[in-house]
Amino acid sequence: MASTIFDKSRATRRAKAQHPTLASSPELPSKFLRTEQPMLPEVSELQAVRHFTNLARRNFSIDTHFYPLGSCTMKYNPRGAHRAAMQEGFLQRHPLTPASHSQGTLACLYELQETLQTVTGTAQVCLTPMAGAQGELTGALMIKAYHADHGDTERNEIIVPTAAHGTNPATASMAGLVAKEVQVNAEGDVDLHSLEQVVGPKTAGVMLTNPSTCAVFERKIETISDIVHGAGGLLYYDGANLNAILGRARPGDMQFDVLHLNLHKTFATPHGGGGPGAGPVGANELLAPYLPTPLVAKDENGYRWVEQEERPHSIGRLSAFMGNVGILLRAYAYALMLGRDGMRRVSEFATLNANYLMQRLADAGFELPYPNRRATHEFTISLRREAHETTVTAMDFAKRLLDYGFHAPTTYFPLLIPECFLIEPTETETKEELDAFADAMIAILKESHDNPAYVKQAPHQQSIGRLDEVQAVRKLDVTAIPS
Amino acid sequence: MAEFPPHLHYAKTHEWVRFEGDRAIVGISDFAQEQLGDVVYVELPELGLQVEAGDETAVVESVKAASDIYAPVAGEVVECNEQLDAEPEIVNQDPYGNGWFFVLQIQTKEESNDLLTADAYASMCEDESA
Amino acid sequence: MPFIPHTEQDVAEMLAALGIASAEELFDEIPRSLQCDGLDGIADGISEMSMLNLMRARAKNDETGTCFLGAGCYDHHIPAAVWDIASRGEFLTAYTPYQAEASQGTLQLVYEFQTMLASLAGMDVANASVYDGASALAEAILMAVRIQRRAKSKRVLVPGALHPTYLATVKTIVSQQGIEVDLLPMQEGVVPTANLNIDDAVAVVVQQPNFFGLLEDADAITDAAHTAGALLIGVVNPMTLAMLKPPGAWGSKGADIACGDGQPLGIPMASGGPSFGFLCSRLANVRQLPGRIAGRTTDPNGNEGFVLTLQAREQHIRRAKATSNICTNQGLLVTAATIYLTLLGPHGLRAVANTCHRNSHHLVDRLTSFEGVTKRFDQPFFHECVLDFDRSTSTLQQTMLEQGILAGYPLEGLIENGERAMLVCATETRTEADIERYCEVFANG
Repeated sequence: MASTIFDKSRATRRAKAQHPTLASSPELPSKFLRTEQPMLPEVSELQAVRHFTNLARRNFSIDTHFYPLGSCTMKYNPRGAHRAAMQEGFLQRHPLTPASHSQGTLACLYELQETLQTVTGTAQVCLTPMAGAQGELTGALMIKAYHADHGDTERNEIIVPTAAHGTNPATASMAGLVAKEVQVNAEGDVDLHSLEQVVGPKTAGVMLTNPSTCAVFERKIETISDIVHGAGGLLYYDGANLNAILGRARPGDMQFDVLHLNLHKTFATPHGGGGPGAGPVGANELLAPYLPTPLVAKDENGYRWVEQEERPHSIGRLSAFMGNVGILLRAYAYALMLGRDGMRRVSEFATLNANYLMQRLADAGFELPYPNRRATHEFTISLRREAHETTVTAMDFAKRLLDYGFHAPTTYFPLLIPECFLIEPTETETKEELDAFADAMIAILKESHDNPAYVKQAPHQQSIGRLDEVQAVRKLDVTAIPS
Repeated sequence: MAEFPPHLHYAKTHEWVRFEGDRAIVGISDFAQEQLGDVVYVELPELGLQVEAGDETAVVESVKAASDIYAPVAGEVVECNEQLDAEPEIVNQDPYGNGWFFVLQIQTKEESNDLLTADAYASMCEDESA
Repeated sequence: MPFIPHTEQDVAEMLAALGIASAEELFDEIPRSLQCDGLDGIADGISEMSMLNLMRARAKNDETGTCFLGAGCYDHHIPAAVWDIASRGEFLTAYTPYQAEASQGTLQLVYEFQTMLASLAGMDVANASVYDGASALAEAILMAVRIQRRAKSKRVLVPGALHPTYLATVKTIVSQQGIEVDLLPMQEGVVPTANLNIDDAVAVVVQQPNFFGLLEDADAITDAAHTAGALLIGVVNPMTLAMLKPPGAWGSKGADIACGDGQPLGIPMASGGPSFGFLCSRLANVRQLPGRIAGRTTDPNGNEGFVLTLQAREQHIRRAKATSNICTNQGLLVTAATIYLTLLGPHGLRAVANTCHRNSHHLVDRLTSFEGVTKRFDQPFFHECVLDFDRSTSTLQQTMLEQGILAGYPLEGLIENGERAMLVCATETRTEADIERYCEVFANG
């Protein structure tokens, strides 16, 4: 049933209620005008509603399935926060409305800035970066600007662990910096000896997540910070894994100079099938002057925007207006409902759930790459022995899990762990759900010994079988436009 | 098992090279294509491009990876295998024959000192897959 | 404990399975010196009801009235079905479709979106969105420089009447890679096409309609760029493309890259974000196109389905050599826009464009009938226009706001003698009565 909306289109059929009355309009010279009709569907309103409702039903989502996608923090996205942001006064606010008539929105944003400063232990937070990757770019540009301001123009290297998320080295390139890799040791920590060898007079900074992408807490973070600062470099914190330490450890206290948060992870804003996110950036006193604009300030007349004119050191603008305000409002609503104690419980129960599920899988015989370490809010397992013994790979396990009604964990990441699953259950899942997932993993393990071919052809119970990705690239078909 | 024809020279970065007078024909090894999996795209250099040994000269893509292809010797790109545009799978099917990438016109053969023999390369691959 | 489901018995069983007495033990790898006991300064949690009461009051505070302000964000009608469906949990709470078989809804929708956007822009392919129009332009410029990587220069020309915050964003993002951004001169609000000096630039940007609402001679600029060996990047408002010539048809060869902001396609203004940016290109350059792309393929039984494709360009595989560091897209907004375009269809979207065009001309005609109000430029415009007034426009804006009218965008600092200039806009949502009330309040103000 891959019938597209274009297959349902019939010339002259219309959803007439959606058309404004067509009246004559002033004539434009013909050289400005379109001659061919664009390929948009011609369907009734019911056809449109039915088509997209049925498409929705072919998605796994947090609202429908356990979704333990590691490093993505697929926790419950409270409907109340969504409702809060979807009110007329917020939706109808034009971004260039003067601050005098925007005090409601500005108050929310200002208080969110304050909350995130407290959560991260930073001096100032800027809310405008529109995703984690844009937050990273912001941080890299700020580090570069800081060194340039101090006449330190030779510093063009950003150090990232070999296990880092791909955005880290990609960001370094975008910022005109060179990514240098530092090794990770057998326990999942940054190898300090390797770090000492790679830092030097060209080091602009280091980008780290903590807990790391290996899903363990970076125990020597204080030493790392001393080494990097000692070499004149700065520390960037990638907030991808902040859910693990919310309310109990702060990147600012770990001596990070600049960081981003992923509000779509830690602050439960909906992932929307790939976005939008929000990646606010926080900085200590040293780097705060370089934050992008606009910021929100509060003075005796109320709340107002702070633009470039007041921030001469700012790296500048990152969006046409002020970032993903709608997402910021949802995060603010979530923070209000959690409050101080609620935030601390997030990390407590996220960690409890991850450790419990890790224990259940270890008891069932699955290999833990770091058996002596605690799980953080997530953990890894390696399926290399299963792949070797039965030819059933992590990818096959992932596809078969769909048949059991679970979205697959993150597969093949971090890259240095072979046949890897990165599993993040989040704090909002029940013990029953975790047990059911563990039982499914155990059942698939048995299947892969009894009937490996069957597992390798999974999924069997979805609307479509395993799709041919090789064909998708070789015979590229990315629009329905007739060629 | 991957094959390593003895008459070819190999780079540590998994290219092979065959010398024919002042022409060096370059492709990727059987071991490399096995590691990559189904090749879906090859980005070839422009004719006339001057490269040094070790320069990034082409890119080969599978669904799950993209790898740079480095020039094993210095020279000028004088020919490219246009057939790979339409049928990149030839790299998997015939890596040492029709799956060649490009031809370099070379000045001297001196650089070939850095290249490996088939035996040396085969044992390197064995170590890598261990 | 909002949203945490554990009963006391659950916790007891889980701790027993782990062989520990308290969950606090699970944090024993964090050095004691780094542990904080809580977040002083953050208030206690509140119920959904209390939260909504607070948020309702704040939203209510920001209801300003009738909007005649555009400048890159527009007040359009959004069919009820758009957000009813886009807010379904299956769209709202899914993530990037890594597991294609469990994400056919999102993937097929993205494929349909790519078709609609590419066709509107007259281009071969579209990506599944980037953050917003400004960042889309920055990505388009980076893409053009990559395509032209053999060129000697890294100079890009942008029009004088480019949206000012787009220009600022572009500078922040691309300047770090040694790319020079130079302004083309402006005459009468548009790029003069006589003797256009493109020199060694690798790309030329055209915004159509431009920031002042005027129509550029896109055909002539496109041809001039191509003659000089530069690529042409079009920045367009997708709604206007129902009526205006698409970038793919500009000049004799068409634009090479088209980009813009999707907000007019069913996305509420919502303080300017989230919206989405789109990028379209020629098929030959698809590997330089950043962001997610969905493609159609088959399963072992020959059934058609959809996957993310061309992933080797992306950061999770290509790392430091990726086309961009972009990881997410603006999927939810793409969902809304796809439903919007489906409900409107080619005729509906054309009716919207036409009505915006007519209403804005009507507004301008009515306002310029007042003494002291004139059009700044004598050029064709689409649905925005710069008017000169006989008084300070920021004061005028404040005065009219008190009467519930968002009169336009004061151009102080953005155009010569901008203190008395204002950019005005009337979309299809403005009625004859709205326009008359604007005139009435203005006349009395």
